[in-house]
Amino acid sequence: MSSGLYNTHKADFDTHFDPTRVKAYGDTMNDGKVQFSFTLPVKNDERGVEAARQLVRKMGVDEPNVACAKTLDKEFTFFVVYGSVSHSVDYENIHVLTVEEETMSMEETNEYIKEHFGRKLIFVGASTGTDAHTVGIDAIMNRKGFAGHYGLERYEMIEAYNWGAQIPNEEFVKRALEVNADVLLVSQTVTQKDIHIQNLTELVEYLEAEGLRDRFILCCGGARITHELAKELGYDAGFGAGKYADDVATFAVTEMVKRGMK
Amino acid sequence: MTEKLRLDQENVKKARESAHRIAVDTQSFIDLHTTVTVERTVCRLLGIDGVNALDVPLPNVVVDHMCEKELLGVGAAYLLGQAMLDTGKTPQEIAEAIDEGTVDLSKLPPRTVEEIRGVIMPAAEATAERVRKNVARRNEYLNEYGDKTDPYLYVIVATGNIYEDITQAKAAAKQGADIIAVIRTTGQSLLDYVPYGATTEGFGGTYATQENFRLMRAALDEVGEEQHRYIRLCNYCSGLCMPEIAAMGALERLDVMLNDALYGILFRDINPQRTIIDQYMSRVINSFAGVIINTGEDNYLTTADAVEEAHTVLASQFLNEQFALEAGLPEEQQGLGHAFEINPEVENGFLYELAQAQMARQIFPKAPLKYMPPTKFMTGNIFRGHVQDALFNIVTILTGQRLHLLGMLTEAIHTPFMSDRALSIENAQYIFRTMHDLGDDITFREGGIMEQRANEVLQKAADLLGEIEKMGLFATLEKGIFADIKRSRDGGKGLNGVTRKDAVYFNPFIELMKREV
Repeated sequence: MSSGLYNTHKADFDTHFDPTRVKAYGDTMNDGKVQFSFTLPVKNDERGVEAARQLVRKMGVDEPNVACAKTLDKEFTFFVVYGSVSHSVDYENIHVLTVEEETMSMEETNEYIKEHFGRKLIFVGASTGTDAHTVGIDAIMNRKGFAGHYGLERYEMIEAYNWGAQIPNEEFVKRALEVNADVLLVSQTVTQKDIHIQNLTELVEYLEAEGLRDRFILCCGGARITHELAKELGYDAGFGAGKYADDVATFAVTEMVKRGMK
Repeated sequence: MTEKLRLDQENVKKARESAHRIAVDTQSFIDLHTTVTVERTVCRLLGIDGVNALDVPLPNVVVDHMCEKELLGVGAAYLLGQAMLDTGKTPQEIAEAIDEGTVDLSKLPPRTVEEIRGVIMPAAEATAERVRKNVARRNEYLNEYGDKTDPYLYVIVATGNIYEDITQAKAAAKQGADIIAVIRTTGQSLLDYVPYGATTEGFGGTYATQENFRLMRAALDEVGEEQHRYIRLCNYCSGLCMPEIAAMGALERLDVMLNDALYGILFRDINPQRTIIDQYMSRVINSFAGVIINTGEDNYLTTADAVEEAHTVLASQFLNEQFALEAGLPEEQQGLGHAFEINPEVENGFLYELAQAQMARQIFPKAPLKYMPPTKFMTGNIFRGHVQDALFNIVTILTGQRLHLLGMLTEAIHTPFMSDRALSIENAQYIFRTMHDLGDDITFREGGIMEQRANEVLQKAADLLGEIEKMGLFATLEKGIFADIKRSRDGGKGLNGVTRKDAVYFNPFIELMKREV
């Protein structure tokens, strides 16, 4: 199907990196190579393959090459398609919101807390609402931590409460007040039909209605959470994939100092 | 046949005996108690179904009424029997009358137990017969098409919409899946009722309702007849309605059901007393209906470390085995759970996985073990994920795991697409074919890494069970021994639905359905 196995034709594009016109990279600068995999609800035949090709072309991809077409059912076909994307992005003009602090180690955080607060800080965490998944909050809080980053329970100067899954937002706040929490951590794993947004919004609205929003540092996390989304929803920070307990602790303690919390 | 790993048989014996005594001790507590969902199960099995004008299921209407009149400990069978004798109505008509307020179960004339049994037992027997017919139907299919001897390929569907689930399930069956599990919507385990009717809205899964069970069963029978294979259907008993869902599964011929009180306690914070009582009746029903249960030990390793905590999985398997036997559920229906969850960064991690899987195979030789794929260390790098799943597939075919829950390359990203499932099935089929008899050709080096590992895990499990025996099960849960999670015996959800049985209490379905093993 393909003639692209050994690329012998001369590159007819500028192969110099231009940060204002960044394209996908296969093996040559600006070749624009991308891979797709998707299913179409059509039969696996020539017409189906052409449908896949046209769909990819409409996404701005030149010379789409259908590398694989596999029947999933009578009227469903799975495709793997390669091509060269014609679009580019201006990397120079991209600015994203991220948590900027340099991450402190567990020991540094403990020292920082001793120096600035002279007491243990209280972190509470849960997977709120209907979400039954504890994997995210456990990765941040459990003593053992995750991927070599110790969890908050191990921090000498942090008193950590992990309340697990399916804690209703109201109960979460009530219990946070009972233990006199400084920092609230909310984890959301299930994101189907944007249920996490609904859940996270409900918590912020509840805190605001009760006049409690400024009493806590409020963070959310989960595989599909970004800092930008968190800010948009009214959280102080958001932590997505690749963020660990030390990132969360660093943000929370430095933010408390910035806000003059004692 | 000589055992592949030379395991310390003394430890196996010791662990099993400890687990047995723990189960017997707990059973003496179970036997004295009933719960709201156990009584709703009795209602359902006596033919009460449907919802009232406010969408409250009629079994809940009856049992709420019983609680209000402080009659829960008397039991639904006794009370409905009284009402049948007094009114001449069927259980369904009595439930409707309770809803209308025209029957009050606290105001019925007293009857002898013999009179009550005279009307209840025939109704109960009719339901038991319906379940026996379902078992016979399954056996007919299996006799006609034959049953697979290789590991069953087990996939999930989770669209939230039962009709979309059916499309996905049929495609998966045609691609080679042997078991279809319909994941429940998030939060259902915490509902103290079972929703009614066909449903099209769920989050991360689809409501378990009897109508949804029926629709999926019919669809899988249809595709099975086309493919000349029996496609098994799986759903979840765990949660606050364990025995009710087991009853629905028995009525609609489900084949595999998740059934593990320990899982509910640890991961859904369900009250330990409540769910251990519920588990008993649900397992009696599963046993009678020929359902393979799945236990949830694999989940321990999603929160605790898979290397350090492997022995808690084994200890829990011993406990689940003994609790199942107490409920008359034979080894052949015990899908004890474990998982491939060691961090890919661990040197020789694959050897540990292989050792543990082989160990489980030898310790529970008749059990159709349920083996779960990597989830904790699936990162979103789908290409590495597919390799992790391939290694997991290798362990299964080398060690004869039975219920092989296919790993998805897109784990940690989304609920599976149709194509994800197809790629997983292709991966497993390839490995099962190309390595089909490799397990028989392999011997484990005496005193090697794997044999040492298995014996170390076994030793720790036997020691742990010895400790649990001294502490008792509930105290063990309070200490956070399993999955690093602490659960108090009076905490969690559902304790207020537990009560002691009255002297007149009887449960016709335990009598009819409990098998001797």
